[in-house]
Amino acid sequence: MFEKALKGNNYYWMWLAFLGFFVAVAAVCYLRQYFYGLGLTGMTRDVSWGIYISQFTFLVGVAAGGVMLVLPYYIHNYKAFGKITILGEFLAISSLLMCMMFIMADLGQPLRGLNVLLYPTPHSMLFWDMCVLWGYLILNALCGWVILTAERKQVHPPKWIYFFVYLSIPFAFSIHTVTAMLYCGLPGRHFWLSAIVAPRFLASAFAAGPALIVVMALILKRVANFDAGKEAINKMVTIIIYAAIANMFFVGLEFFVGFYSDIPGHKHTLQYLFFGLEHHGHVYNNLVPFMWGFVALFLVGIALITHPYTRKQSDLWLGLGCASIFLAFWLDKGIGFVLGGFVPTPTEEIVQYYPTLNELFITVGVWAAGFFILTILYKIAIGVEHEIEA
Amino acid sequence: MYDSGKIIPGLIIFVLFITIPIWYNRGGASTAPKIELPKDAKTCVLPAAEIRAEHMKLLNVWRDEVLRDGKRAAITIEGKQYPKSLMLTCMKCHTSKKQFCDKCHTYASVEPYCWDCHLAPVE
Amino acid sequence: MDTNRRNFLKVAGISTLAGLGGTAVVDRLVAGAGMAQASTSTSHGTEQAGTAAKAGATRYGMVIDIKKFYQDPSLGEKAVKACHQAHNVPNFPDKRDEIKWIWMTKFENAFPEKPNLYQDEATANNQLPILCNHCDNPPCVRACPTKATFRGDDGIVGMDYHRCIGCRFCMAACPYGSRSFNWRDPRSFVANLNRDYPARTRGVVEKCNFCVERVQIGQLPACVEAVSESKALIFGNLNDPNSELRKILKEKHTIQRNPSLGTLPSVFYIV
Repeated sequence: MFEKALKGNNYYWMWLAFLGFFVAVAAVCYLRQYFYGLGLTGMTRDVSWGIYISQFTFLVGVAAGGVMLVLPYYIHNYKAFGKITILGEFLAISSLLMCMMFIMADLGQPLRGLNVLLYPTPHSMLFWDMCVLWGYLILNALCGWVILTAERKQVHPPKWIYFFVYLSIPFAFSIHTVTAMLYCGLPGRHFWLSAIVAPRFLASAFAAGPALIVVMALILKRVANFDAGKEAINKMVTIIIYAAIANMFFVGLEFFVGFYSDIPGHKHTLQYLFFGLEHHGHVYNNLVPFMWGFVALFLVGIALITHPYTRKQSDLWLGLGCASIFLAFWLDKGIGFVLGGFVPTPTEEIVQYYPTLNELFITVGVWAAGFFILTILYKIAIGVEHEIEA
Repeated sequence: MYDSGKIIPGLIIFVLFITIPIWYNRGGASTAPKIELPKDAKTCVLPAAEIRAEHMKLLNVWRDEVLRDGKRAAITIEGKQYPKSLMLTCMKCHTSKKQFCDKCHTYASVEPYCWDCHLAPVE
Repeated sequence: MDTNRRNFLKVAGISTLAGLGGTAVVDRLVAGAGMAQASTSTSHGTEQAGTAAKAGATRYGMVIDIKKFYQDPSLGEKAVKACHQAHNVPNFPDKRDEIKWIWMTKFENAFPEKPNLYQDEATANNQLPILCNHCDNPPCVRACPTKATFRGDDGIVGMDYHRCIGCRFCMAACPYGSRSFNWRDPRSFVANLNRDYPARTRGVVEKCNFCVERVQIGQLPACVEAVSESKALIFGNLNDPNSELRKILKEKHTIQRNPSLGTLPSVFYIV
């Protein structure tokens, strides 16, 4: 079915070339980083994880979001999602590949990456994270490919694939739970040491993932003559609304615990993120605009996608609303959650993090690579769709 | 065969490419390098043929024994006691990394990463 | 595709996988006898004790006399210099790349669980040394995905620089900020190389190792030896009830860093 990706109109090739340019730039930047060391990034002894790991954390959520299409369709027989489960599965593949690229970019000794497999360590969450990430990638690739092939041949998918489809559902929940467990089990980081981290991750994933799928479905309607169907889009938006509200509720609970108990460990990071933290005469607040941007984008997004006019009539405002939610949760999870955990440091000092240009180019390049893969996968899916309609 | 005009030249190019390691350096192989053996010691930790074949594995075994298991029992060479250490034992006899280690490694195109951390003797 | 050809390819594929998998399994089982020996000895080094004193087993610990460091600030300098010199710890001009195994800091940074608005003058104006606590229940060892950091049988939390992949999960896990990462090649930033000890390469995490290479041959850690006259640092076996260390712990009141986290540190501070 790959031949479907080799034929396209000029916009298709221009889009791929545009993405390819950023991938090439990132490749050069990564080589610079590989030979110099991670000192080319903005990370320091005190903020030892930066935007690479924060993007990884967010993208695991986006990958898990695909389950919000698979679950209703395969378990609850919600037929309207039939056309678009493939979008969720292919998004999961592309997001997981982006996650792995970010991890490889972040490793100090990437060529030793296989040590995680050669010396398996069941008590380490990073080991399990790698297992479930690979497992989910293989599951999605397998299920997506086999089912798409079956659709192309206009036959029922083989019975054995349903075992893997049903397996992929708990896997989706587990990849993001394990990623949350990377954070919520560390005794030294009070901002992360909270049971609600995993539910919060899942809620934001189930909003951000489908939000991206809705945006792309709307774009595909424009450029590729692929209509997901009003009912499917409507149901996805409903899921996004409830998941987004759940996430904000959980964030609100974190605020309550921090500010009502007034315990510094719980409170200080939230202060740093949202209001600025004063320490020895200096106010540290470099992330404050991002966090209020998150709140604002959420409110704008939720207002847009709940409004009856948007739901019934306007694709443009619906797309903008979903993009707004996606961006909001990118700020919340990527920027706020991961970077916030390092402030204050275990020795109660404050070090702010600023990514370098090299780091930013690599980040942009990995996102571009992800969208490149996604474009090709979607081209295949839509190509098959058009073929069977004809 | 369909498209034989494309397939056969393609196959030939592929075979040539895949067998580059075999034909690229033909006739260019020099003789095995002559390494400088230490003047003041006759035997190494293991007999010559064994140490030549197994020194990478031996160093790994030493590393795991010393670092992870704390087994620092000394080894005896020609009556003298030595610790299980690259820097403190091997390089004390083989005092020139360039004349000893590098000669064979360069010839065999091997780049061990030992020296990223371990300090070679001053030359 | 012809059904026969398809079936043929299916059978060929599955039997190849079975053949490869089968040989791998047999190899594993054969080598398993040998590997089991190796792995028991290596897994020894990774187990966490959990409880404090295990009869018979050594557990190294250290007592730091804070007042002595307050009274004589040069002691701190001596300790840090001895350690960093002995282990080729680089000195970077840019604080972002900083690597430190033991360093001087203020009381409120060492003991963030004990904030105090009205500190005594000595505490307010002086500094004390902090280092890796070599916890009995180390979160960093729990976090490491390759067992590159491990708890040895003698209580020392060690680092295997050969295995570290530089993921920095241990740095996130350590509640004391004891770990540093090599953000770039450190070799040129070491002032005087100690040729009897290796340096590190870029991309690996490092930290105080309780001078395991000295302790295991009966010497004292470099920092302890550097201030040995003042006895500001005392090192010994916590599991030996007759050691100098245990005597001091019986006589003096000591505190530990972040005790509520349950990490069971091996470093004690005399206030």
